[in-house]
Amino acid sequence: MNEFLAQLDTLLLWTFAGCAFASAAAMLVLRQPMRVAIALVSCMVFLGGVYGLLGLHFIAAFQVLIYVGAVMVFMVYAIMLLDPRDESGGEKFSKLLWPGIIGLSLLAEALAVGYWSDLPAAPRGAAGEPFDIIRFSQAFLSEYWLHFELTSVLLLAAVVAALAVIKENQRHDHG
Amino acid sequence: MDKVQMLQVLAASLFALGLTGVIIRRNVLVMLMCMELMLNGVNLSLATFAHTLGSAVGAVLVFLIFVVAAAEIAIAIPVVLLLVRRKRTLDIESYSDLKG
Repeated sequence: MNEFLAQLDTLLLWTFAGCAFASAAAMLVLRQPMRVAIALVSCMVFLGGVYGLLGLHFIAAFQVLIYVGAVMVFMVYAIMLLDPRDESGGEKFSKLLWPGIIGLSLLAEALAVGYWSDLPAAPRGAAGEPFDIIRFSQAFLSEYWLHFELTSVLLLAAVVAALAVIKENQRHDHG
Repeated sequence: MDKVQMLQVLAASLFALGLTGVIIRRNVLVMLMCMELMLNGVNLSLATFAHTLGSAVGAVLVFLIFVVAAAEIAIAIPVVLLLVRRKRTLDIESYSDLKG
């Protein structure tokens, strides 16, 4: 039974990884921004499944909550707001299509070969340890509290900057 | 093929696909989404290493990247909104006067 479950785990992991790759590849070829957004959402959900299968359940939850729930909803909202205003209706790809594709193949090859040959073997003892939210939270709020505070400052700066951009825009409209 | 190797290759290919999307697509919103894809590739790599090594560092970095992605999108969308208001288009090539 355990054997079967382990095999199912591996099968699901490969399926999720394959689906994530397929939706990421679809993002490059779809024309409509809304379809690209839906491909990205499905890629993120599949990646959430991968995190869940790796035992990183809290990262999976935050992947769905923050990325799909906040970032992508914001993005879809922006598409609905901006896409009707787009009057260009031009080509899908820029002039850099072929250099981009050649660069992609070179980069993917270099990275894949690098990972294939040079990846250090996982320490066997550590891999089996459960990695739960308790250990993570303790490390996060005791060792990495400074980073945590810095990210809150970063978020605050982002909010202020977004407000400043919008204010500037309004002044431009009235002036 | 090992599970960790497969996930690292997937992370590398997600990053490469995102970078290519930023280079070859013309729509600004699609380029932003491809940037998100690059961040996702990095996240997957970090999460896989956190799982493999059983350390909290990778998971902490994943959380920091979540926050950076949220901040990035909160800035990028108003900037794109401004650009579209002025140029009436989402086509990146009509913003070429930004080169200076």
